[in-house]
Amino acid sequence: MNSEEKNLKLKLLTVSPSPHIRGNNSTAKIMLTVIIALVPAVFAGCLIFGYRALTVILITIISCLVFERLFDLITRRPNTIGDFSAFLTGLLLGMNLPSSVPYYIPVIGAFVAIVIVKCLFGGIGQNFANPAIAARIILAVCFAGQMGNFAVPVKSFTTFDAVTAPTPLSAEYFTVGTDKVLPFTLTDMLYGTTGGTIGETCAIALIIGGVILIIAKIITPTIPLSFIGTVFILTFLYTGSIDETIYYTLAGGLMLGAFFMATDYTTSPLTERGKLIFGIGCGLITFVIRFFTKMPEGVSFSILLMNLLTPLIDDIMLTHPIGMKKIKRVKE
Amino acid sequence: MKSLGGIKLPHYKSTATSETVEFGIPEKILIPMSQAMGAMPEPLVKKGDNVTVGQKIGSTDAFMSAPIHSPVSGEVTDIVDYINPNGVRAKAVVIKPDGLQTKADGITPPEISDKQSFIYAVRESGLTGLGGAAFPTHVKLSFDELKTPIDTLIINGAECEPYITADNRCFLEDATDITDGILLCQKYLGIPHCKICIEDNKPEAIALMKKKTENINAIEVVTLPSKYPQGAEKVIIYHSTGRVVMEGELPSNAGVMVLNVSTVAFIANYAKTGMPLTTKRITIDGSAVKQNRGNYNVFIGTPISDILKFAGAEAAKKILYGGPMMGTALFSPDQPILKSTNAILAFDEEEQQIGIEPSNCIRCGSCTRACPLNLMPMRFETAYKTEDTEALKKLRLPLCMSCGCCSYVCPANRPLVETNLLAKELLRK
Repeated sequence: MNSEEKNLKLKLLTVSPSPHIRGNNSTAKIMLTVIIALVPAVFAGCLIFGYRALTVILITIISCLVFERLFDLITRRPNTIGDFSAFLTGLLLGMNLPSSVPYYIPVIGAFVAIVIVKCLFGGIGQNFANPAIAARIILAVCFAGQMGNFAVPVKSFTTFDAVTAPTPLSAEYFTVGTDKVLPFTLTDMLYGTTGGTIGETCAIALIIGGVILIIAKIITPTIPLSFIGTVFILTFLYTGSIDETIYYTLAGGLMLGAFFMATDYTTSPLTERGKLIFGIGCGLITFVIRFFTKMPEGVSFSILLMNLLTPLIDDIMLTHPIGMKKIKRVKE
Repeated sequence: MKSLGGIKLPHYKSTATSETVEFGIPEKILIPMSQAMGAMPEPLVKKGDNVTVGQKIGSTDAFMSAPIHSPVSGEVTDIVDYINPNGVRAKAVVIKPDGLQTKADGITPPEISDKQSFIYAVRESGLTGLGGAAFPTHVKLSFDELKTPIDTLIINGAECEPYITADNRCFLEDATDITDGILLCQKYLGIPHCKICIEDNKPEAIALMKKKTENINAIEVVTLPSKYPQGAEKVIIYHSTGRVVMEGELPSNAGVMVLNVSTVAFIANYAKTGMPLTTKRITIDGSAVKQNRGNYNVFIGTPISDILKFAGAEAAKKILYGGPMMGTALFSPDQPILKSTNAILAFDEEEQQIGIEPSNCIRCGSCTRACPLNLMPMRFETAYKTEDTEALKKLRLPLCMSCGCCSYVCPANRPLVETNLLAKELLRK
């Protein structure tokens, strides 16, 4: 480059449309905040289920990152693992698995979540269903035995007990005299010392995480409140017992699903009114599956079904812009 | 009343305390004919003519148009073709100032006795909206009081764009002109109420205006929160009166008229002196400015290159007319100061915000929450890509005012405003 060319190059101005400044928000920051909000539940899961829980979560995270990087390389796309979305999917998937699964199941789950559900549909923001939910369901269908085999809470972090434990939703009621007694106490339910997947049992940690998400303005309370609220109200109407209602509200994947899975941006409606319908729909389906089908738990299926309805909800539920006039229908 | 969306922006208003200084006479003046919305004036002078300060050098008979005056005395050296940063082609008059600043004949206070003569005087002054939109002011003033009676005059002193402090200086330095201008408008246009709206980041201006208007019942000072885009016409009307300007309608349909604070101050000054619009108060700032940041009174037509040299910002990589949210990037420093210019911002490499690749939309909804009008920018994007004009209409794209909030907050760096502009172009076709 001679000096004249250099001068010319220096003088060239940048022309771009407004705005000329940008905020410092980024996809990676949003994903990291969600990951931080999940830390209490991950910590609780590892304490309750021991080292094997941590191993399963690490396997899902690492496999998700590897699969996404490989997909980017093979399809010659820009490297997208820096947005932490694959990391988050891996973390959520791990939390949705029992700690007792054989180690190849998390790898298969990661493949389903990242490659089949997310990347083949265009990557982040384009998937039709929540990758972790879809993977959990596919694993539950394909490996019904291993996936339904929940470990008991361990005595210390380094131990692992292969004995199968009942989950709050699969356990039988005790009968004392003529009274029905719930299989787990309220303390068990809050602390999560019950059978279940790694991340779903500790209700307190999940609620703390949900509050972090709401305070950090990552999510609005609409979906969690309408989802949990619908399950709560319907369960109360059906059982007529407040103790049982609280038990069922804290049981299963409801807290994890309502705060972290149903609120996934890509697969939930855009507007608040749409989110309300989505949350109520999830609650309704969860209630129906829990009480009227042979399956003990319905949170994942309810979220998956509502994921599929999201484009339709979005089409109907538009915002009401300030100053909008109704479009007159022209008679043909 | 629910407050509209919008975003918190860093203010960067370090020039707020710098008093307005005269910029001086440049060596060359370039005055394009395309300075206001509406019909383009024709040059009234030719090469070799001598012009004087305040002499009309461009005009047309069309109503929707504002005449153009010479800010200096000197010789017309050329009439050239000019392309403004928006791509509009026009004639431009080049004047070599003689430094004498001889006033033109007939620069005397205009005779104003009723609405008609008031509007005529405003038209002759060449005044266009000084906030940035460059709408000929006399057109706004000649509303039909039978069809759309106006009961409130809103003085827009929000100045919500970062960096710019010219309106703040107008409040502090021309407070008397502002109240006089408001009283003139109220008297001749028959508008009973007036609200002076100022963002709360200008406490000095608020205090001064409150003091100035404490004995005037018809004028109220309204403090608005500093939230961009507070100064957008629809937003300031809603936040100060609670009224909504409906799709395709004008503020007069909602019974209000919005004038920028500098516009109203100019009206009073013109009524006193008869000197047409030939200078402009602008803020010079930005990361590439090494010296002389501040507010200056510059002649309209002053080349930007003179301003860059003065500010030590010749190495700037991006130069803006106006603020960073809605300002226009210049393709050449040979462009001049226009009537509507309220700031020249020069940015260096780091702040020019290019080269950030957009990633996929994650449907987080930040753009909708940021949108002051509650539109759905992410849906505009998909509808535009599939050229779905029905969907664009259903999503009320024409309401979008390109304020830039959606692009600012987008975590995926998507060029939402750009897409909205392209989509509006598609709808026009």
